[in-house]
Amino acid sequence: MQVMVISLQIPADREYPSIQEALQWNHCRAFFYMWASGSAGVFAHTEKMEAKMVMTGARIVIETLLEHGVDTIFGYPGGSVIHIYDELYKKRGELRHYTTCHEQGAVHAADGYARVTGKPGVVIATSGPGATNLVTGIANAYLDSSPVVAITGNVPTHLLGRDSFQEVDISGITMPITKHNYIVKDIRALADTIHEAFSIACSGRPGPVLIDITKDVQTGTTEYEPSGCPTIHLPAQKKPADLDEKELDEAVQLIQAAERPYIYCGGGVVISNASEELLAFAENIDAPIGLSLMGLSAVPYVHPRFLGMVGMHGRYGATKILHESDLLIAVGTRFSDRSVGNKAEFLRNRKILQIDIDPAEIGKNLEVTLGLHGDAKAVLAALNSRMPRQRHAAWSRVVEDMKAHPDNNLEMDPARLTPQSIMDAVCRRMGEHVVATDVGQHQMWTSQYYRFKKPRTFITSGGLGAMGFGMGAAIGACIGSGKKRTVLFTSDGSFHMNMNEMATAVSNGLPLLVVLLNNHALGMVRQWQTLFFDGRYSHTMLDRRTDYVKLAEAFGAQGYRAETNEEFEQCLDAALRVQAPVLIECLIDSDERVLPMIPPGGSINDIILK
Amino acid sequence: MQSNQFIVSLLVSNHAGVLTRISSLFARRSFNIESLTVGVTQDPSLSRMTIVSWGDEYLREQIVKQLHKLVDVKKVQLMDQDRIVVRELMIVKIKLEDGKLAEVMQAVNAYRANVVDLSPSSIAVEITGEPTKLNAFLNFLSKYEIIEMCRTGPTALGRGSYCLENEP
Repeated sequence: MQVMVISLQIPADREYPSIQEALQWNHCRAFFYMWASGSAGVFAHTEKMEAKMVMTGARIVIETLLEHGVDTIFGYPGGSVIHIYDELYKKRGELRHYTTCHEQGAVHAADGYARVTGKPGVVIATSGPGATNLVTGIANAYLDSSPVVAITGNVPTHLLGRDSFQEVDISGITMPITKHNYIVKDIRALADTIHEAFSIACSGRPGPVLIDITKDVQTGTTEYEPSGCPTIHLPAQKKPADLDEKELDEAVQLIQAAERPYIYCGGGVVISNASEELLAFAENIDAPIGLSLMGLSAVPYVHPRFLGMVGMHGRYGATKILHESDLLIAVGTRFSDRSVGNKAEFLRNRKILQIDIDPAEIGKNLEVTLGLHGDAKAVLAALNSRMPRQRHAAWSRVVEDMKAHPDNNLEMDPARLTPQSIMDAVCRRMGEHVVATDVGQHQMWTSQYYRFKKPRTFITSGGLGAMGFGMGAAIGACIGSGKKRTVLFTSDGSFHMNMNEMATAVSNGLPLLVVLLNNHALGMVRQWQTLFFDGRYSHTMLDRRTDYVKLAEAFGAQGYRAETNEEFEQCLDAALRVQAPVLIECLIDSDERVLPMIPPGGSINDIILK
Repeated sequence: MQSNQFIVSLLVSNHAGVLTRISSLFARRSFNIESLTVGVTQDPSLSRMTIVSWGDEYLREQIVKQLHKLVDVKKVQLMDQDRIVVRELMIVKIKLEDGKLAEVMQAVNAYRANVVDLSPSSIAVEITGEPTKLNAFLNFLSKYEIIEMCRTGPTALGRGSYCLENEP
């Protein structure tokens, strides 16, 4: 007698390649009778399936990614990750993988994705060159505190350390540029390692984590049990509930004693989603807001409290008013040399209250009066609830007068196609959309002129200043924003670094608008050569003969060229009619400069305005 | 000896690469390392490190905070030098010239050092103590020819209830 009764209850959102797999699947609460063929009724009955099952390491990688809610991966296949890709193939309905042209594009895409969504960006690369090609992108994520989880394959454990084919010590290489990294040589540690990696990447001050997985770990098998994504608490990370009452009281006193408070915020405010608390705080204490490059988009550009970007290329009024304040409240910023300039001038006659989630940042680059350790959102909310409403009528008048100061004006020459007119035109038509940039003059022009409306709409390489960041980042940002139209401002210099990713944008039909400012030069370095090297333009005039229109077409995208504002508007009209990658080359003058500029190490007294 | 010297004690995960993470942190942030000792603790998953460094108040604070950020570092403490026992081990091999053995042995006894090796032409002596004691002994030995020597660098432990605990 042979009896077979199978009753399965499986999650509706999962596809199963076979019933066999479904029977093994640990999430599936199956009531089933197991039938042993040929024998006389070997009978097994399980109320609830054992949570554990045996899987390969490659499968565990995919299962843990799914456990962490990952649905998008960027990467590039190769010999040492072929088994992971094989498992990816089986789960292609749940995990969307985007193959870029180069691993650098993939890691920048994961970074851009993370910044737009606030979720971890995942990138996979093979051993050796695949892994080393990630390095710039990992460093970029590290310096801008972006939660990127990088998974690399490596040679089998027994070939490690023998200079095997495509073997590099990527965990050694990335040690100084990751929040933490791992090499997994024992499959039993694999699942926990991946859980830990996600937890570390996303908690506290986010950052990149790399997991290097040897090939034998991917092919080996072990028991796997879903763990519910445990959170790992690093000793240095405090939860918002742990805010120090005494410190908060001291901060309140400091703010109450101030007559000319100024709020200066960095990327921490964006990461912490603290925009609402920040604006409430500014109202509460009656203070203006200046942002660092990384802080941009945290508050709407047109908000009356917002004075502009602070720093080397910051807005005149934002920097000038900062230098007239008596209390600087710094939130989620590390006082990078590019924002501070001359430290002594920055500190003169001014108390500083620094709020940061990373205690090591407090007092690292500037001596501060008081440090508040905690998440920006939580600290600002706590301060708001404790802070009696402040009014500073005289200070407000100074701030308002500054807004009207001639040096604070952003005049536009409507007769020519200028960086400003380009930014203005794009912004008028696409103000809500995500904007990514490459690095250089065009990046600064974007930060000066673009009128951001919502947080997480400005994706730029701040700390590392990595030319070539833009294409990958824009792709990731576009995918992260649900494939909404995304703008990339780039330049002839930066675009040439990673323009291959146009092919990725085309393959995936991404509505990417690439606005390329062509000044035929490495503009930012050239500007320095103009100002500080008596016009000795050493190797910064690019004699490229690239036809960007044809190039875009060769990639399968649309290309346009604009030399006037009218032409640019027409190009935009055409570009916005299609849901596909479009490149617009804008010819601008080689001598366009980014102004104002405070020379490196200088202060507001050294500002160059004209 | 630097006057602004200080000792940092750490409990760290006992697995490969941890020493690299810590030394690379010191190197890339231009922190000073005078010496570093490490050994496993009663809990085999943890090692204890004693780092001797020097620098101003800013560096002390940064060293502790930056070490704290490393995932493998479970506990960091800037040690209060008045409440700790500090010991270092040194082994020195000196050339033994004719008739000098008795003189050397006198010093060995005076410093409570031990002879660990003796050959017709050389003597090796181990000495344990605070670094200042080792320096004094070494200073005395300078009139002989030192063939080779090694020092472990200081290791330190708090007195009485002054402990490093593995709690965040």
